[in-house]
Amino acid sequence: MRSLATFPRGIHPPGGKGLTESTEIRTAALPPVAIIPLSQHIGAPAKCLVNPGDTVQEEQLIGEASGFVSANIHSSVPGTVKDIREIYLPNGMKSQAVAIELTGEFTRLGKESKREEWKSLDNDAIRNRIREMGVVGMGGATFPTHVKLSLPEGKSCEYFIINAVECEPYLTSDHKIMLTQAEEILEGIEIVRKLLNPEKVIIGIEANKMDAARKLEELIARMGVDVEVAPLKVKYPQGAEKSLIRAITGREVPSGKLPLEVGVINANVGTCFAIYEAVVYNKPLVERLVTVSGSAVKNPGVFKVRVGTTVRDLIEECGGFTEEPEKIISGGPMMGFAFFDLDTPIMKGTSGIVALTGKDVKKSGVTACLSCGKCVSACPMGLNPTQIYKYLDFEMIKEAADTRLMDCVECGSCAYVCPAHLPLVQMFRVGKGEMRKNAQK
Amino acid sequence: MEIMRILLGILFTLVFGGALGMGLAVAFRKFSIEKDKVVGDLENALPGLNCGSCGYAGCSGYAEALAAGTDTDLTKCKPGGQSSLEAMGEILGVAVEASATKMVARPHCLGNNEKALKKYEYAGLQDCRAAMNQFKGFKQCEYGCLGLGSCIKVCPVDAISKTGDGLVKVDADLCISCGNCVDICPTGVMKMIPFDADYYIACNSKDKGKDTKGNCSVGCIGCKICEKKFPEGAFVVQDNLCVINYDEKDRDETRAEAAEKCPVNCIVKI
Repeated sequence: MRSLATFPRGIHPPGGKGLTESTEIRTAALPPVAIIPLSQHIGAPAKCLVNPGDTVQEEQLIGEASGFVSANIHSSVPGTVKDIREIYLPNGMKSQAVAIELTGEFTRLGKESKREEWKSLDNDAIRNRIREMGVVGMGGATFPTHVKLSLPEGKSCEYFIINAVECEPYLTSDHKIMLTQAEEILEGIEIVRKLLNPEKVIIGIEANKMDAARKLEELIARMGVDVEVAPLKVKYPQGAEKSLIRAITGREVPSGKLPLEVGVINANVGTCFAIYEAVVYNKPLVERLVTVSGSAVKNPGVFKVRVGTTVRDLIEECGGFTEEPEKIISGGPMMGFAFFDLDTPIMKGTSGIVALTGKDVKKSGVTACLSCGKCVSACPMGLNPTQIYKYLDFEMIKEAADTRLMDCVECGSCAYVCPAHLPLVQMFRVGKGEMRKNAQK
Repeated sequence: MEIMRILLGILFTLVFGGALGMGLAVAFRKFSIEKDKVVGDLENALPGLNCGSCGYAGCSGYAEALAAGTDTDLTKCKPGGQSSLEAMGEILGVAVEASATKMVARPHCLGNNEKALKKYEYAGLQDCRAAMNQFKGFKQCEYGCLGLGSCIKVCPVDAISKTGDGLVKVDADLCISCGNCVDICPTGVMKMIPFDADYYIACNSKDKGKDTKGNCSVGCIGCKICEKKFPEGAFVVQDNLCVINYDEKDRDETRAEAAEKCPVNCIVKI
């Protein structure tokens, strides 16, 4: 058998996907109070358009994009605005959030939506609709999609790569969406094809999801679209943008540049589905698939969740915890964020909630670096993590920057293999913060 | 026979070493680089701590810039203080004004492990900036001292140490007022106050009084009792936080009285 394409180095963490792989998608209960943050994307937070006491409809615009790199926020439920509060997001930042108490009638939920023909629309109209519907990257980075799909003057897109890798352990949301909504995803891809006019469209998928790959291939043949499915080796971080580009095209994105520099634009499968819903049904991004998994969850599963539902409600639907979890993570265990408040809401970019028991969270003390070089052979970006760590430990920010600190994608491979348990990624995040601070001076 | 060998060895070493030594002596005279006397003098006038607070890589960098005239500000050396300033002024022939009072760093927080409540247990990198990235620190109060000691790492004179109960303290006698700790502190709790200050406000919380009270038992609640009782401007409450006006001289008694009146005991004698 021909060996599967991949990127150099990387790691093989245990998958943990079996917990949810064979379950059906469940629809989560509607939140009695939806807490909808105004900053669910990279870029400027949305400007709040409602006041406490206002009545809002399902899918009503409640936060307006404030700038080019920003995204609209819609209400996921009909109801009354209870208050506008400040909450912590799982990534550790603070954000304003609109709390909406569920009352009144749904305008779309449970009803047949009218399909709209998009092929006759011009590109600007499609892009504008994607912007209006608040679509952002669903892989976790939540970059506003309309910005990504706007080609700068003089640039052309050679490859449009759909990221269906889902290399994070435990998460199966993308897998599920491909099994259940493959046709819609392919139509979403056709919409993007119209916008970008790429030479090649390739779906990159890890070889542990061959059932989804076969299903997509079948549909591609039936629909007669020019899309290629590329199975990739199961390795972490195969789904990191730059690793994926390297695996499929063999090209390396230059340091500090965007993938478009090598003629590539990436989008997650979930994003393609959101584009489909936004353009074909005028539906804003108000719900998504969330994997709730981990050793501390009683009945793990994949849920269709309204944005603003709290983690507490979701965990309850899973039958609660088996035991007091040691750590609860928003996203996957490799790149996700541990958070402390169960009343944290699900957002557009929340791909999963992973709750782990003390047994799975092996707490170990930090020892000194052994200079073993394991991190060097794990880093997908070809960096020397231990050297950068030591520079930062001595506050040598400039030297760390010269050692390509900014190229770190924070995938956590180095910290995963480190026998001294050094908090490498955390240090790199501090270092990047210092670099930004110095640049401002 | 043996003794001859030893003597010969010693003789050889002496002659050979002497010859090489002569060579070095000649090279020193012949190839020596005339060092600017002014730079040397300035370097001697500076404290030689290489703390970097002047913005140069070390004392010699600052001395060179001053001698070359690319920098004319003599007051950049914080640790040197008045004596350095006067010495440098003499070397460069510039009149110097008396410098401001010596300032020292002090963490404005007493919310130790017992008194300040926590949001969560922090188990990551032992660096305040890393903790600050996670939900603005593990304490419920986002303005307090996190006590992980980022400031200790950058202090050039080891004036800062951990108290053992989740805070840091500064030895004012050792502090050279370089300000490195103030720059690195992510919560802004490390602030400079005059060396001879008698009282300080042991809190940095800009939360509303009610929130501060819920977070910590020794937080300034911005009640303005001090401001109202002593209206001559000795205390100013900004953003729910009391600030002592150190410019107001001879206020010892006012401050002592205010310290007694403070309901949360935030005005603390040093």
